[in-house]
Amino acid sequence: MIRRLLERVRYWWSVWSRPAVHLSLGFLTLGGFIMGVVFWGGFNTAMEMTNREPFCTGCHEMHDNVFQELKPTIHYSNRSGVRATCPDCHVPHNWTSKLARKMQASKEVWGKIFGTINTKEKFEAKRLELAKHEWARLKANDSLECRNCHNFESMDFTRQSQRAANQHSTALARKEKTCIDCHKGIAHRLAAGMAQ
Amino acid sequence: MKAAIAIVLVALAGLAGAQGTPAVVNGLRGPTPLDAESKAPPLAKTINDDQRRARSFPAQPPVIPHQVDNYQVDLRFNKCMSCHGRERVGESQAPMVSVTHFQDRDGMIRQEISPRRYFCTQCHVAQSDVRPPVKSTFQDFYNVQPDAPAKGKGK
Repeated sequence: MIRRLLERVRYWWSVWSRPAVHLSLGFLTLGGFIMGVVFWGGFNTAMEMTNREPFCTGCHEMHDNVFQELKPTIHYSNRSGVRATCPDCHVPHNWTSKLARKMQASKEVWGKIFGTINTKEKFEAKRLELAKHEWARLKANDSLECRNCHNFESMDFTRQSQRAANQHSTALARKEKTCIDCHKGIAHRLAAGMAQ
Repeated sequence: MKAAIAIVLVALAGLAGAQGTPAVVNGLRGPTPLDAESKAPPLAKTINDDQRRARSFPAQPPVIPHQVDNYQVDLRFNKCMSCHGRERVGESQAPMVSVTHFQDRDGMIRQEISPRRYFCTQCHVAQSDVRPPVKSTFQDFYNVQPDAPAKGKGK
């Protein structure tokens, strides 16, 4: 058994390591380079495809619940017309973290296939748990997705309300708190059962 | 026939009345005639200075001196309570909801705010920075009580 396996490995190794007989070195290097570009580009394009709002809201779970909740908030509609789409807040922007988050999202595909939150009632029952995952993620990365747009260095406290300036110049400045500690429920409705 | 005559008479009476008195230009409608829709005024800025206002009478619900846009107050969650709740005021330094809010209709003080006091904006409202279209003639208690020492707002 083991001997046969070894034989097979040795065979494939000889195929793999032998120089090409019919194909030129130029074809192989250039072809490899071009195919590399095509595959890499294709991979990233496909990943970007899943990083757009129409893709996120393509499922009724997202479209009928969280997307509708986003609409009246300032992150969807405001005076200057700058807005955040789903992945702006829910997917890390740098490549490695984004890839990790996308792999994690395979759980969401599972949920979609098996209808984990395919009714309003099921979604409401799971809302707190799902929200807690996002809060934990944002707490752990120091609200990175907020800070992609809201830069602490560029905050003008004199342009904020007194209450906001007080909190931002103390707790946030000292890094005792991060954005999500106070701004839960800023883009979606909050769940029953959490501490007020 | 009788009804038609009545309508004509009423219309004539209305015309005569309109000629006699000048059009009312005050009030929420402005100079818009009654049969036309008045133009909505632009949305006013909400006062957001966190300065507590004096109350016009002892039982007046205090007004909200900050923005409450899109605050969630529903079956699931009460956003106001995340600062004004009993266990949160230490951190937020916001005024705590008064003890009356913990009383149910039998006067029993409960652990949580009573459902009948749950919807904050039924009584407490944010203030807009506008000129009132109709002047308020409300007088403070001290101003209408003849033998009371003159004090309070407006004196």
